[in-house]
Amino acid sequence: MADLKRRTLDWLNERLGGEGIEEFLRHKRVPLHRHTIWYYFGGIALFLFVIQVLTGILLLMYYRPTASGAFESVQFIMTQVKFGWLIRSIHSWSANLMIFIIFVHMFSVFFMKAYRKPRELTWVSGMLLFFLVLAFGFSGYLLPWNTLAFFATKVGTDMAGFVPIFGKWIMVFLRGGNQVTGATLTRFFGFHVAVLPGIATMLIAFHLLLVQKLGMSVPPGVERKIKAGVEPERSMPFFPNFLLRDILGWYGALGALGALAAIFPWELGTKANPFGSAPAGIHPEWYFLFMFQTLKYLPSKVFFIDGELLGLMLFGVAGAIWVVVPFLDYKAGGFGRVTRFFTGLGIFALGYIIVFSCLALL
Amino acid sequence: MKRSITSSSWIIGCAIGVAIVFCGPSVASAAPAKDSCVACHSQLPDEYSKPAKLYPGDIHHRAGLSCADCHGGDRNDDSMNAMSPAKGFRGAPTKAQIPAFCGRCHSNPAYMRKFNPSLRTDQETEYFTSVHGKKLKQGDAKVAVCVDCHSVHDILAPSDPRAPVYPTHVAETCARCHADANYMKGYNIPTNQYALYEKSVHAAAMEGGDTSAPTCSTCHGNHGATPPGLNSVANVCGTCHVMNQELFEKSPHGPIFAKMGLPGCVQCHSNHEILAPRDSWVGTGPKAICVTCHVAGDNGYKAAKEISNGFDKLKSTYQKADTVLNTAEKSGMEVSNARVEMTNAHSDLIKARVAVHSFNAADVLKITNEGVATSQKAYEAGVAALHERDYRRKGLALALIAIVIAISGLYFKIRKMERG
Amino acid sequence: MTVDSSSGKSATGAGETNVDSGRRWVNLLLGTGVVATIASFIYPAIRYVIPPPVSEASNLSVVAAKVGELKNNAAKVFRFGSEPAILIHTSNGNYRAFTAVCTHLGCTVQYRADLHEIWCPCHNGKYDLHGRNVSGPPPRPLVQYQVHIQGEDIVVVRNA
Repeated sequence: MADLKRRTLDWLNERLGGEGIEEFLRHKRVPLHRHTIWYYFGGIALFLFVIQVLTGILLLMYYRPTASGAFESVQFIMTQVKFGWLIRSIHSWSANLMIFIIFVHMFSVFFMKAYRKPRELTWVSGMLLFFLVLAFGFSGYLLPWNTLAFFATKVGTDMAGFVPIFGKWIMVFLRGGNQVTGATLTRFFGFHVAVLPGIATMLIAFHLLLVQKLGMSVPPGVERKIKAGVEPERSMPFFPNFLLRDILGWYGALGALGALAAIFPWELGTKANPFGSAPAGIHPEWYFLFMFQTLKYLPSKVFFIDGELLGLMLFGVAGAIWVVVPFLDYKAGGFGRVTRFFTGLGIFALGYIIVFSCLALL
Repeated sequence: MKRSITSSSWIIGCAIGVAIVFCGPSVASAAPAKDSCVACHSQLPDEYSKPAKLYPGDIHHRAGLSCADCHGGDRNDDSMNAMSPAKGFRGAPTKAQIPAFCGRCHSNPAYMRKFNPSLRTDQETEYFTSVHGKKLKQGDAKVAVCVDCHSVHDILAPSDPRAPVYPTHVAETCARCHADANYMKGYNIPTNQYALYEKSVHAAAMEGGDTSAPTCSTCHGNHGATPPGLNSVANVCGTCHVMNQELFEKSPHGPIFAKMGLPGCVQCHSNHEILAPRDSWVGTGPKAICVTCHVAGDNGYKAAKEISNGFDKLKSTYQKADTVLNTAEKSGMEVSNARVEMTNAHSDLIKARVAVHSFNAADVLKITNEGVATSQKAYEAGVAALHERDYRRKGLALALIAIVIAISGLYFKIRKMERG
Repeated sequence: MTVDSSSGKSATGAGETNVDSGRRWVNLLLGTGVVATIASFIYPAIRYVIPPPVSEASNLSVVAAKVGELKNNAAKVFRFGSEPAILIHTSNGNYRAFTAVCTHLGCTVQYRADLHEIWCPCHNGKYDLHGRNVSGPPPRPLVQYQVHIQGEDIVVVRNA
């Protein structure tokens, strides 16, 4: 038995060069300090992404991306297909949980200054993944073709129309026409199950490659203490110690998902009627709420600029700055004024998102 | 009227004199289908050319009839002679002559058969039984005659949606006179019928595209337009509301209303302003109609209260079931069976509303109770569906146990590994 | 390796057998957990993949009756989605299907064999055997469905 196992492994090693992987795994270590906990969130996000892919594939077996069939097919999945309710609820909950985890991951990386040299590209690819995930959320939200999703999409794509010069074109491109119709649904379906997953997979591979190549970043504070000899430099092997802990985190996420899916099954709502009037209190998914609320507060005209346009511009500029933070905060290794300014900026952004999301929910 | 005819006749003379000069040659060159009436009249000033200009759209034109077929005269004669009495010229009829003028053909079954074998030919006879017809005979020229409703020279089939007598236009057509307080002065009848009708369920149904919905003529008759008498009101309503009429006539109210000279249906539902009935009309509440006659303590009062309670009970159970089923549906539960059951409960509510016209509490309650039972069952099915939804948590518990075992396994594994 | 090594309760004996039995116990726990969780994912997934009895993701068609179930000049109200519908076997042997929801106030209509008409008991509304409203308050005809006979089944299909 043991002999067979060894022979199989040898056979594979000979062909795949598994020794390299083994070697790599043996040497890969994860720094150990009081902020190590934040290292797990990226892994959980990845795990949830895998869950999304798996449940997404299962949903594809019954889902129909047409205006006349989408709602019915989701209803069919939830009522007729065995465990269909579970698969769909997990897909929806996991999507939301993943976005939440990614927010946590992003801010933890931001505050630990993990984006500093040489990890600038890791940050940029991570940011692109973040935008991609929001696009996943936005396109997936419409797919059940229910009233709330329909009107949220209408408002969301309207926003795109405010972009200067290309706005109209972008809106028509997103909607597949001038209005949100079955054409929009089919389009969003294509984005959601083909375009976005393709790009996301490549970006994730790149992101992970960089993480493996550069290793985990130690926060500047800890680094400094280690250098000063106040704190010993500690670490643990990635395999199996860290990986097992990672898996522990995944199991935790899985338990939370199952509990959420069974205790709060994702609702289906009522079928969208493109000619009906918008229901009261339509709002986008929670992760867009802070933007939604900001636009609500902006006056319709600020000097000569449309309120919506101004809001979009502000968020556009803020997003762009956020993406290039590693290049602006070039002194992140130290404790200079610039670095403190960016930490303050991060706290402001986090506070802004929390406060405005809460305001929208009230 | 007299003066205007004489004054207009000399204008005609002058105008035709001019016209002959102009149209003489063109008529001469016209092919066999020539019509000297149209040829000349279309050149005349508005007042005399209007008929000729309108006429091509007229249903009679399409039937191949020309001016001369109604007005007499000779359409082949280009001279003024065409309009000599010798050639059978009848000219324009006075208002009093119009029914007979149209009736010359329309009351002649043998003639009408050539054009439309199924068209009725009793309109003229019926007209003279109407209030309009009777007054016309008495020399009242203000009343409506054929052309007032059907228009003239551009007459369209009643089935043509542009026709003034097409169902959707009938009320406006009648209102042209009947809603004009000035015009109706001296007749001592109200002029608000149209305004009231516009608020009614019947007008709403018409507006909603149901051209079989009642309009003025449906109850009053068209050619024989007359207000329905006291005794015929129920029959008029009953042509559509069959069951309500049957129940009403068998009810205690039937004979009593007749004896008291009360006009059946209209007593509660009004005549022109027939609003969508509300359940609150029945009962003893502030909006109830029953209490306009019945007082606390009498049998009618008691029955009204019972019926109203029956309604309330049915509606509240229905509502309750509907809410639960909605919740279940929104959370993706399959409740279509209960939904179908609910359509029966809905039917029961509608039936009960009809049954009110028996004014017999027991009859109404029998139906509402059935509906209550059905709604209750649907409600229970909805609750069961929600339970089923919650039942899923048990499966979750099993999976969670597995997850907890795995997590604790991992935990101990890590501890063991890092210690040893 | 630099791992926090305070707090130790179990495995203080440090004897070979003790360590071994402890390890075996942990592995058993872990194995059971992993196998059980995998089973609890695989099972729903497999059940999900097996097509449900109603394999169509819409309520566009339904088996309304079996051939021979209805005599001539008879009808049956059946469930079509979450609404009632009516299948009529006319006296000359045709099958016709309509929604059974009256266009007036939404009561369920029924077939009157004596009148050869579709009749709504609420307000005496009547429809002919083509679903046209012929008498009483119904404002519109009943929506007609297609009827197909597939072997023994009479299948009613909604026009999409």
